[in-house]
Amino acid sequence: MQVGSSYLGEPIARVEDPRLLTGGGRYLDDLGQDAVELAVLRSPHAHARILDIDVSGAIDVPGLLAIYTYDDLSGPLAEPLPLLIPHPSISAGRTQYVLAKDEVNYVGEAIAVVVAENRYLAEDAAERIEVSYELLPPVVGLVAAREAQQLVHRDVEGNVAAHFVQQVGDAAAAIAAAPHRLSLELSVERSASTPLEGRGVLARWDTDSQRLRVWTSTQTATGVRAAIAARLGLDLGSVEVITPDVGGGFGVKIVHPWPEEVLVPMAARALGRAVKFTEDRREHFISSAHERAQLHEVEVGFDDEGHLLGLSVRFWHDNGAYLPYGLIVPIITSTQLLGPYKPAAYRVEFESLYTNTVIVTPYRGAGRPQGVFAMERTMDAIAAELGIDRAEVRARNFIQPEEMPYDHGLIFQDGRPLVYDSGDFPATLDKLKALVGWDEWPAYQAQARASGRKVGLGLACYVEGTGVGPYEGGHVQIETTGKVKVSTGLTSQGQGHQTAFAQIVADELGVAISDIEVVTGDTRRFPYAVGTFASRAAVMSGSAIALAARAARAKILRVAADALEAAAEDLEIVDGMVRVKGAPGNEIALGTVAVLSNPLRYAFDEASKAATQFAVGDPDLPPVAEDDEPGLEGKDYYSPLRSTFANGMHAVIVETDPDTAEVAILRYCVVHDCGTLINPRIVEGQIHGGVAQGVAGALYERMAYDESGQLQNASFMDFLMPYVSEVPERIEIDHLETRSPLNPLGIKGAGEAGVIPGAAVFASAISDAEGFQITAMPISPSELFELRRQHAANAAQKGTQP
Amino acid sequence: MKPPAFDYSRPETLEEAVGLLAELSSGGKVLAGGQSLLPILSMRLAAPEHLVDINRIAELDTISAGPDGVRLGALARHAAVERDPAVRSTQPLIPAALRQVAHPTIRNRGTTLGSIVHADPSGEMPAVLALLGGSVTAVSARGRRTISAAEFFLGPLESALGPDEIAVEAYFPALAVRSGTAFAEVSRRHGDYAVCGVAALVSVDQERRITSARAGYLSIASTPLVLDLTEAVLGRRCADDLSAAGRLARQLVEPDADIHASADYRRDLAGVLSDRVITEAARAAAGSGPGD
Amino acid sequence: MTEQLHEVGLTVNGAAYQAEVPARRLLSDFLRHDLRLTGTHVGCEHGVCGACTVLVDGVPMRSCLLLAVSVQGQHVTTVEGLAAPDGTLSAVQRAFQECHGLQCGFCTAGFLTTITAGLRQNPEPTIEQAREMIGGNLCRCTGYQNIVAAVLRAAEIGGGDAGGE
Repeated sequence: MQVGSSYLGEPIARVEDPRLLTGGGRYLDDLGQDAVELAVLRSPHAHARILDIDVSGAIDVPGLLAIYTYDDLSGPLAEPLPLLIPHPSISAGRTQYVLAKDEVNYVGEAIAVVVAENRYLAEDAAERIEVSYELLPPVVGLVAAREAQQLVHRDVEGNVAAHFVQQVGDAAAAIAAAPHRLSLELSVERSASTPLEGRGVLARWDTDSQRLRVWTSTQTATGVRAAIAARLGLDLGSVEVITPDVGGGFGVKIVHPWPEEVLVPMAARALGRAVKFTEDRREHFISSAHERAQLHEVEVGFDDEGHLLGLSVRFWHDNGAYLPYGLIVPIITSTQLLGPYKPAAYRVEFESLYTNTVIVTPYRGAGRPQGVFAMERTMDAIAAELGIDRAEVRARNFIQPEEMPYDHGLIFQDGRPLVYDSGDFPATLDKLKALVGWDEWPAYQAQARASGRKVGLGLACYVEGTGVGPYEGGHVQIETTGKVKVSTGLTSQGQGHQTAFAQIVADELGVAISDIEVVTGDTRRFPYAVGTFASRAAVMSGSAIALAARAARAKILRVAADALEAAAEDLEIVDGMVRVKGAPGNEIALGTVAVLSNPLRYAFDEASKAATQFAVGDPDLPPVAEDDEPGLEGKDYYSPLRSTFANGMHAVIVETDPDTAEVAILRYCVVHDCGTLINPRIVEGQIHGGVAQGVAGALYERMAYDESGQLQNASFMDFLMPYVSEVPERIEIDHLETRSPLNPLGIKGAGEAGVIPGAAVFASAISDAEGFQITAMPISPSELFELRRQHAANAAQKGTQP
Repeated sequence: MKPPAFDYSRPETLEEAVGLLAELSSGGKVLAGGQSLLPILSMRLAAPEHLVDINRIAELDTISAGPDGVRLGALARHAAVERDPAVRSTQPLIPAALRQVAHPTIRNRGTTLGSIVHADPSGEMPAVLALLGGSVTAVSARGRRTISAAEFFLGPLESALGPDEIAVEAYFPALAVRSGTAFAEVSRRHGDYAVCGVAALVSVDQERRITSARAGYLSIASTPLVLDLTEAVLGRRCADDLSAAGRLARQLVEPDADIHASADYRRDLAGVLSDRVITEAARAAAGSGPGD
Repeated sequence: MTEQLHEVGLTVNGAAYQAEVPARRLLSDFLRHDLRLTGTHVGCEHGVCGACTVLVDGVPMRSCLLLAVSVQGQHVTTVEGLAAPDGTLSAVQRAFQECHGLQCGFCTAGFLTTITAGLRQNPEPTIEQAREMIGGNLCRCTGYQNIVAAVLRAAEIGGGDAGGE
């Protein structure tokens, strides 16, 4: 099928760029210049009962159009927001109201909204609304949540939203019987997606047609559409959702509907005006979503060679004040923790706990960074315990390529068996060791130590389930100009989908990239879709578009075969011309094929005369055959049996300052296997960005809540998103391409990969540099300083003991 | 995140500006570079009644450096000061510290005097002014007065400037002969407020033995802290072990913890950085003046 | 009480504008919503991210930290003013595409303006200087490596002419 392929696998420049580089992008707040604006009054308290809301002070603010509180809502709007992904082990699923009803459960929860002529005036009015509260004791952090001295939701005992267990074999017995045993406590703190563009939504209600058109900065246009229709009591057909350019997502924009995604359309309909909400940076910190906070207890039993005989993990997941996204994050941790390894017996148990903090939903990596941290710290601990090389311990536990497909005997996040489809872990490790110079490391480190430098090398491996179902679709249409219009329902947030999908279509149809236009995330163009998350866009929509293009190609060849009086098998498409192989000149342009595919009564231009009723067709047959349809298009869906599993391994070399405890990155190496590369340049860009977020999560970013539940660093001044000065100057990348057998192109997802081993690989490297094990991430220089003192004190104490 | 409403004036002369502030009593607020003020307004942490924008007052856009020191007008932007060769030769600590003030784009608009008046204990320039024993000159309808650095910084974001006063000039004494300066800080990200920063001023005698060693600290106390570390290193040369300076600094500072650093880490950094800057300043002092 | 409006006259990308705005109108909002030059983006509104960086009299400044009334009489260049009048991309813009220096594109305008001014000041930066040049701008997508490459590439193809006014 790939014979003559010229685009797939090529690092071509992105077709999106010229527009975005000249200020021609259209992000949410660039739209609706005529819209009135909405501002939200948010809770200043982490846990409180609302006694009264007095809006009288706001009424005379100039330009005020409306104020809404919970009391103004009715019907489905007054019900709690949906629990998007139900799961049988959720015992107490709680979701928030669009506007707080009686109680607030985190700083930032929406209480009232104001619509005014512009955002300045809306904020003036919001500021003048007086709310009286009865303060309730807040539950902040996992330890407080687990102790459950105080409850987030009065009726949720122990603050437990869900309790979940999965096991294969008898891990406890295997550990008890093992020659060696270790226990580890490992924790990871909160971070967040933090795209440069926050959330935003614009709605126009057309009173004439009674239809709603909504633009939203989302990762799922179809999801938002269904939710808005349900909440506003509209037919699906009366709601259109369009995703404009999106200024980054990284997970947070998959959550839907946000309260504002319902309130803005509601206000637009009520006021008969276009209404817009543009989230500001502080709002994004306190009212969107976070992730990552988990405490883990690992028990492992292993033999003298380091083989994993039994692995038992208990962990506690901080899901924040509500549970709109279900258990996806902790389920991913619980399954993807296993990485490339095959313990003989495995048991995992977690509790998902409520806290009076911002909700937790997937952020790039989605539970994997924590799971990989837990597993890889365990691997390093085993290596240290046995005195075996860290890479060797890992290699001894790898699933081998000949064991693929490998069934772990567990259920994955998509409700399907956890079966790895592909991967060659020994080969990946070999590549990484060669890239970083693993075997030369001990000599280098000894030399550095001799001159007073503290350097460390870290290693971390991961496997990532990508391209989860249920499905995506693609539509490919050839217009009479020869231009190709492609659409798919999922959305784009900067991943270069327009380029990558065009590359697929260009190869399938033999047309130039410049003749292809790709539209994503517009329910008017493609109403059936799921969304962009779980590194699934290339796998799902890429595959669907390839299938759709193949369908279109089949019809092109059929129509052209008639016109050229040749057999379809003898035709090829090159540069937009269908031609008979080996017969130069005997050809027809794709646009003409499109004209011929649509029998006409009325010519609309010179070319279309060729398709009118006195020009074509067998008078003894219907103009459109019974099993055919007019037009030159293909549509298809891709729905895989289960996820495809990408994998990779990272190594980092750090130097820690003996005086200031600052951590410098000397080298960062990545070996990555995402199957077939559609566009290596785009994939490497994804890795660069992911690694930067991995560095961020390891060394810089955390959500610093105080005991009262105030987020102390809700700004870019204090939430330490890395600048260029904090990331490695060069990320060294090598690829391995083991094709996925599950989809037509052999693709595996690449979007999240870079971030996943971040915490693990830095903990490994810093431990190597310092000579003691790092068990909590992220780590700041101040924390490393305190750990050094603690370990020095312990060592001194040991030294004085008889 | 939009500023609340305020009245606004754009006077062309200092006299006009001072008159306006007098009329407004305590409701007026001066806008110069605005790089600290605008975020505060946008976050609605302050709501002045009236902004008096002094950016049009040409007479305030001055940078001068002479034998007695450096004088910066209220509109001297960080970037211009940093680049000024006369400033550099008169008092090299000024450009050395300015390079650590936020990022270059902020320095293009922000004013050095403005960052002193902002009186942020994490700010580089207040610490420099305090260490060098400089002063701020203020003008109001009541007249003109000069406030020494020691009396200028009253607390976090609190200066001795009255609500009717405009700070028109910052004065930094020139670097004396056989003296040297140095500046170092540790921040979480490049360009952030420092977790701890230290400026040093060291003088040596003709034998290049230290006669005076003083250090100014940022992010360590509620106002810029100046410590005299002379006793720890008196009579030593730059090539000697000067770590007693850091040990003394560790004893004398009482920093607080915050989300970025524990108090003990800050204290230790104060020591580590004191050693570094005292040594560097002593080296500069030894190489600076006519020696033996 | 309706807010008082103030006269402001300024030049943006070579075109003169005269407007009446409330004193609190931020330059970023003025450019985006009054002049509808939406290429300048707002990422934090507290001066940290650099997405809103524009050139004021050729010098990079945060437009979210300037009041529109305060730039009276000055020349502002936004991302819309970087390409040649015939639409030809500037060296910096071309280098960004060649080096894959953008993903979502939201922070990009701030980088382009900053680098355009930076290369005028230093037409042949080293890699360290290139990193310093973009040191005050946040990007969440790219990890910066390709942006640094784009700075160096722009210097190479621009031959000292970084584009813009």
